[in-house]
Amino acid sequence: MIEVENLRKTFGDTEVLKGISTTFEKGKTNLIIGQSGSGKTVFMKCLLGLLTPTDGTIRYEGKAYSEMAPEVRRDLRQEMGMVFQGSALFDSMTVEGNVMFPLDMFTKKSRAEMQERVDFVLHRVNLVDAHKKYPAEISGGMQKRVAIARAIVMNPKYLFCDEPNSGLDPKTAMLIDNLIQEITEEYNITTVINTHDMNSVMEIGEKIVFLKNGIKEWEGTKKEIFRTDNEAVTNFVYSSELFKKVRQMYLEGKN
Amino acid sequence: MNYLASIGSYAIMIVETFKKPTKWPIMRSLILKEIDELIYGSMGIIIFISFFIGGVVAIQTALNISNPLIPKNLIGFATRQSVILEFAPTFTSIIMAGKVGSYITSSIGTMRVTEQIDALEVMGVNALNYLVFPKIIAMFLYPFVVAIAMYIGILGGWIAGVFGGFSSSADFIEGLQLDFIPFHVVYSFVKSVVFAFIIATIPSFHGFYMKGGALEVGKASTVSFVWTSVVIIVMNYILTQLLLG
Ligand SMILES: Nc1ncnc2c1ncn2[C@@H]1O[C@H](COP(=O)(O)OP(=O)(O)OP(=O)(O)O)[C@@H](O)[C@H]1O
Ligand SMILES: [Mg+2]
Repeated sequence: MIEVENLRKTFGDTEVLKGISTTFEKGKTNLIIGQSGSGKTVFMKCLLGLLTPTDGTIRYEGKAYSEMAPEVRRDLRQEMGMVFQGSALFDSMTVEGNVMFPLDMFTKKSRAEMQERVDFVLHRVNLVDAHKKYPAEISGGMQKRVAIARAIVMNPKYLFCDEPNSGLDPKTAMLIDNLIQEITEEYNITTVINTHDMNSVMEIGEKIVFLKNGIKEWEGTKKEIFRTDNEAVTNFVYSSELFKKVRQMYLEGKN
Repeated sequence: MNYLASIGSYAIMIVETFKKPTKWPIMRSLILKEIDELIYGSMGIIIFISFFIGGVVAIQTALNISNPLIPKNLIGFATRQSVILEFAPTFTSIIMAGKVGSYITSSIGTMRVTEQIDALEVMGVNALNYLVFPKIIAMFLYPFVVAIAMYIGILGGWIAGVFGGFSSSADFIEGLQLDFIPFHVVYSFVKSVVFAFIIATIPSFHGFYMKGGALEVGKASTVSFVWTSVVIIVMNYILTQLLLG
């Protein structure tokens, strides 16, 4: 579980996060949604410690990140997996090399054991014939899947995904969403996902935090998001006619 | 960015580079890769340039001797002095600042803008140690490059002098051996070690701390080349004053 209390982040004069408090639960897919530029990536980077918050506390299992000793942070980092918005694969390494990298770096496993684990996670993300290819030689969707494989190869306790399915076709996008949800349940991971994909919200939104202009405008579950009266949420979520209809039908069905 | 702050963060970067070292088997392969890229990969251009510079120095010296009282062995002497003292260590380093420096800035800068450096940090890797340390170690072989540049430069001078009909081989070789001060070679190697460190670290600094996108990677490479050359030239002056002055 990750608890966030009054998180603020400013860059120079611009305040991007204006005091956010929420919790991200274990074994659940926690979504952060909001318009482009609303601060989702900045929020996630604060959670990961890639950016230092201007103010506020972030607690991992009750322990404040800012008060941890460097070694403790390092150990915590090794329990985190991150899928970056642009995949961030090491382009000097093959697909296999990318996934093996954390194992090679931080475990004492033998080559054979590492290879076995790599094959397992690559199979898990449905990538079976790209082992020896370089990131530049595979499609964006495949890169995302390699990034997910790399993020889960160490069996992380925390998984962070920054728009894991942006730029993918709806089918692959859903495949990736379901994959993340399955892994989250299977290994009881605290998963945080940034997205502005409404399909994801409806599919895997076990907990949803809606950001607007750097504040938490709303939070709830995918069921609650259908019923909410919060205008900012409904305007954002139901910006398309299709979703408006879906909501209409849902609400009518309920009454 | 203001200069003092930059110097401060450069110093912090150097300290961080030596902290929390990467596992040796991984580091070893990184170092070998950088030796191949930075040292071996620069040999061709360095040999080419040294050869012709040596030749030009010999011809220029020959053309400026009109007084019959000046001994012919001056051509060899002048070639040796200029190549060993300046052309091999300093001129070569400026070339390296362009070739190796822009490679370092753009490769690290690309990793920064595509968040590969963030990915390393998230995993708990000390990205500075992982990326910069192997380059510093590889560049410790740079004095060998300078030694080769000296040899080839003098060879170029000899060929231009003898085959261009400016000097006899005997005169040239006599000039090479005239008043030889071994400390000049030491001075030259001291300079090349310092320049090697500059060439490895200043471009790394510009790549590692850059902000923006692909366009900025190009700009960072240019800025990094300017600063690397400026620092080399200034250090050249300071070291000359300290060691020979
Ligand atoms: N390093 C930085 N320096 C200054 N401003 C920044 C920095 N990083 C982000 N910002 C600003 O913070 C705001 C939020 O950016 P962020 O990347 O978090 O948005 P986002 O919600 O992830 O958007 P998207 O959905 O497009 O990825 C933007 O206005 C951006 O300009
Ligand atoms: Mg973002």
